Amino acid sequence: MATTMERANTRVIDVRDRRRLTLYRASKWLLAIVAIIIALLMLLPIIWLTLTAFKPEADIVTYPPTLWPRQFTLEHFVEVWERIPFAQLYVNTIIFAGGVTIISLFLDSMAAYALARLPFRGRGVVMVLILILLMLPFQVTLIPLYDMLNGLGLTNTLPGLIIPRMTNAFGIFFLTQFFLSLPRDLEEAARVDGASEWRIYRQVILPLAKPALLTLGLFHFQYNWNDLLWPLVMSSSLETSTLPAGLALFMGQHVVEYGLLMAGSLLALLPVIVFFLLIQRSFVAGIATTGLK
Amino acid sequence: MTLTDVAPPQPRTSVAPRRRARGPASRRQLTAWMFLAPSLIVLVAFTLYPMAQAVYLSLTDYNLIKAAQFIGLDNYVELVSDPAFWNAFWNTVLYAAVVTPVTVVLALLFAVMLNQAFFGRTFVRTAIFLPFIVSLGIIAIAWSFLLDPNIGLLSYWLGQIGIVTEQGWLTDPRFAMPAVMMVGVWKFVGFYMVIYLAGLQSIPADLYEAAKIDGTNPWQRFRNVTLPLLSNQTLLVSVLALIATLQAFDQIYVMTRGGPFFTTETLVMLIYREGFQELRFGYASAISFVLLIFVFILSMVQYGWQRRRAVTY
Repeated sequence: MATTMERANTRVIDVRDRRRLTLYRASKWLLAIVAIIIALLMLLPIIWLTLTAFKPEADIVTYPPTLWPRQFTLEHFVEVWERIPFAQLYVNTIIFAGGVTIISLFLDSMAAYALARLPFRGRGVVMVLILILLMLPFQVTLIPLYDMLNGLGLTNTLPGLIIPRMTNAFGIFFLTQFFLSLPRDLEEAARVDGASEWRIYRQVILPLAKPALLTLGLFHFQYNWNDLLWPLVMSSSLETSTLPAGLALFMGQHVVEYGLLMAGSLLALLPVIVFFLLIQRSFVAGIATTGLK
Repeated sequence: MTLTDVAPPQPRTSVAPRRRARGPASRRQLTAWMFLAPSLIVLVAFTLYPMAQAVYLSLTDYNLIKAAQFIGLDNYVELVSDPAFWNAFWNTVLYAAVVTPVTVVLALLFAVMLNQAFFGRTFVRTAIFLPFIVSLGIIAIAWSFLLDPNIGLLSYWLGQIGIVTEQGWLTDPRFAMPAVMMVGVWKFVGFYMVIYLAGLQSIPADLYEAAKIDGTNPWQRFRNVTLPLLSNQTLLVSVLALIATLQAFDQIYVMTRGGPFFTTETLVMLIYREGFQELRFGYASAISFVLLIFVFILSMVQYGWQRRRAVTY
């Protein structure tokens, strides 16, 4: 706004104002330069990872190190599938993160529907329970949970990873808050028409809740795709791991093979980054609004 | 229906049910519980029960193979006199005490900077937020490579400007902690920046206009308009950051495994080591309770603040 106004008035303003305008423009450019330098520094690990993945091993160990590859190669991208059970890791991660996201969205929204739209005795108790679980650090239940799943023979399996995460206090809380804000008219009309609660939930509430479900789904997906501690605890071998745990395990055993690790890391990060760039707007908006609630 | 339409949403939930309850009340109750059942079963079985189990385990000697043996408060007694626990405890406090304020201040600075219009702003916002999206467990591998004393670019650059460590950043007891702290800040600053940005955008522009007419300089406007109006965000972000830093694990596990000489071993790292490497499940459960108490106190602070805020608005 200010710039257009100033531009329109340039002809009539005196020299002092013109100097102030130049100063203003210079400060904008300075700001842009500083900001872009900060941005590049923030991106440094990702840029470094990407470029290193294309360097031949000999280039990686040459001193002094350079950011830009002296030579490009695709060998690490080919090799990573053979040296690590990488395809297996990928499939595991997709099933784990995707499975948790879908099941949890379903169960979370059902519980939230009851809490927000169906009055029943005991609602207060359930809400308090959800709030308490919301505050509980996951690490506290880690050991008994592992013990329990181990007793059931579910360690080192995908169901073992997924089952404890099938629902989530944060998800229920988040959706309950959202459902409470929806208008009642549609639902009442459906009720008068004799629709069952299940139908109202599925055909009235869920379609209305699409933005909230999308935001929560992204939270769930990103959190589980990225999680390290839980898969690390639950699986002792590379084959049953997810990408973060699998690569960390591999790194622990073969510290020196950085080219391979960087190629694997890049392939593991790529889906999340692409996904994020595509839906950036709603994701950031979701964080901003939930953060303020 | 017309009656309930006029009423504001809040009382409606308490008025409407009573009217309906006279009809098929028990069926409605049953439906509600049916909707809740799957979630409640999972939450009780996989969160609440393990939680109670953790209390019990912390009072036992248990290694997964032999049956748990009740030993009363022995684990807690050992905890108090265990230098490894106090080391992890103080490391966690140190990590939180440094990373929290640094992240919050940087997030605020970035938000103020990115609230102005300039060329390339969207790119910069995305770049700062991107670390929050990617897996810390994976990107920490790139970080440890960047800091590698022989072939790491960052240690080379730091060496060029005279900051040298002969042992390498992650293996030098003096620099390992700052290194994992830096990665922690790097990861979360964009997330808190977004919360601050949302706050900044809710400040009415005429407040700044009024302040400008009063002849204030930019610093005075930041100090007397922006900061006070962002105090809600600051409290929220500080508590969130504190809770997150108390649970620091990923980059530490990947970059240092708690070393060198346990200088980066945090409470969660110690829980992992005692529980899943030494198989001392009872003892590790006792440590996790210290963490629970920390997080619980902080959550209470946040909850209390949110309730107070809900009243004033």
